[in-house]
Amino acid sequence: MPVESDSRPIIEIRNLDKFFGAFQALADVSLTVNAGERVVICGPSGSGKSTLIRCVNRLEEHSAGELIVDGVELNDETTNIRAVRMEVGMVFQQFNLFPHLTVLENLTVGPIRVRKISRADAEDRARKFLERVHIPEQADKYPAQLSGGQQQRVAIARSLCMEPRIMLFDEPTSALDPEMINEVLDVMVELAGTGMTMVCVTHEMGFARKVADKMVFMEDGRIVETAPPEQFFENPSSRRCRMFLDQILDH
Amino acid sequence: MALASENASPRGNHRSGKTPIRQASRRIQNLFRSKPVAVLLYFIVIYVIARMSVAGAEAMGYNWQWYRVPDYLFQFTEDGFQWGEIFFGLVKSIDLSVKAFVLATLVGLFIALLRLSGLVVGSGVALVYLEFVRNMPLLVLLYLIYYVIGPIFKFDRYSAAIICLAVYHSATISEIFRAGINSVPRGQWEAAKSIGMSVAQSYRFIILPQSIKVMLPPLTNEAVQLIKSSAIVSVIAIAELTTIGRNIISDTYMSFEIWFTVAMVYLVVTLILSTCVSGLEKRFAVRS
Ligand SMILES: Nc1ncnc2c1ncn2[C@@H]1O[C@H](COP(=O)(O)OP(=O)(O)OP(=O)(O)O)[C@@H](O)[C@H]1O
Ligand SMILES: [Mg+2]
Repeated sequence: MPVESDSRPIIEIRNLDKFFGAFQALADVSLTVNAGERVVICGPSGSGKSTLIRCVNRLEEHSAGELIVDGVELNDETTNIRAVRMEVGMVFQQFNLFPHLTVLENLTVGPIRVRKISRADAEDRARKFLERVHIPEQADKYPAQLSGGQQQRVAIARSLCMEPRIMLFDEPTSALDPEMINEVLDVMVELAGTGMTMVCVTHEMGFARKVADKMVFMEDGRIVETAPPEQFFENPSSRRCRMFLDQILDH
Repeated sequence: MALASENASPRGNHRSGKTPIRQASRRIQNLFRSKPVAVLLYFIVIYVIARMSVAGAEAMGYNWQWYRVPDYLFQFTEDGFQWGEIFFGLVKSIDLSVKAFVLATLVGLFIALLRLSGLVVGSGVALVYLEFVRNMPLLVLLYLIYYVIGPIFKFDRYSAAIICLAVYHSATISEIFRAGINSVPRGQWEAAKSIGMSVAQSYRFIILPQSIKVMLPPLTNEAVQLIKSSAIVSVIAIAELTTIGRNIISDTYMSFEIWFTVAMVYLVVTLILSTCVSGLEKRFAVRS
């Protein structure tokens, strides 16, 4: 059951454009995410979903428009981008764990080096979050020794160890073998239950139905449809969105 | 025909890889790649060269005095064990090489970071430096630093030697760093950024530790190159291994024995270095 969200906006995206050279990847995108809200973004490949959420922690710099994250406007003048990034966790499709560090070190390097907390506190926190993602026994292994599902859960725990206020997910299950998808989704559902603000790019519609407060459909760099999940799945207003849903729900 | 099959990619055609001739040639190739065979070959070549030079020297009426050589390595006098001149030359060479290598590594890292900085001025400066150093003969660089830059900034010949070697080798080392840094996937940068790391922190905790594995073999190779090119500073009379060798020869006229000895000493040092580092590499490989 979605937790009641307070309606203070924590991410405000207004008329965002993004160009890669001459190619326009985002066109006039506007979206507001309230604190505690869970937004699921879907859409065909190349529609700009990744680009949009990567703008939110400024892995990509937007070309025009306004973007306010946790009260800070992101633009060329933003000097405390690192402070913003500490509040915005990101989970990648390819996990991007640090292969030269153990699982525990993957989880503590951020808190120790960036948050500047003590090693002991960082390790306590890391073990707590490993417990939360159901792999406390893997702390001393290296990422390469884990299965894909375990690696992605470590990646989620790594982000959570920074105690962010927002979590971004970019297709967190699409690099996984089918039998591992659910263990990651379960962790994400549990995370949703804690009231975390989440923005997920995913095509896992079962997950979306379960946790989403708001569904977003993108195509060709534009947001085509924004709706609450019931309406989105039962009665989408755009024809393109309906076709897309029919396609992926068939499988 | 034979040429064509040699050029075929080893993985390209599985059926041709199974013919007896192919298998035999593969086996012979592997044989030549194995360590004991390589060492054996090496000694055969050395033996042939040595025999030829002995024959040549005999024809010249050269007077071999190998018995005098050990004294220049170490001696037992009434005071007990003492190192000989060649040993002190070697210590100087190593001292010089270590200092030059450390300096070259720092300069190389700096140049690599400048090039990767994405700043137009930064990569411009780095490129000019690299082109300048790469296109300069080592000997000319040494003269330039010793006779021109040295007097201006008032550094002695020893510092000039170190700076020259460091500058010369920093060019390759910076390329090694650049390649090593670029070998780390972009996702690692993004993950480091996304937990709030600065560029410096990302380099220090995430990127450089991962690129060391890639950089270690070429860096060792460069250290070996540096030890070898350190011989050139004998032209500005630094009392290192080569200079000592030359001095001994001018006193004793034993040019064959001493040059062979000096060559062996260089060989032993560089072989020890390579062996240590390949051990280190194995440890790295096991850890991750
Ligand atoms: N760094 C880049 N340089 C140039 N073009 C890019 C870059 N990153 C993305 N693009 C282009 O921008 C468009 C949107 O890409 P994006 O990755 O946001 O799509 P997506 O919706 O996440 O697709 P997918 O489902 O395949 O991940 C694509 O056409 C892509 O080719
Ligand atoms: Mg994507």
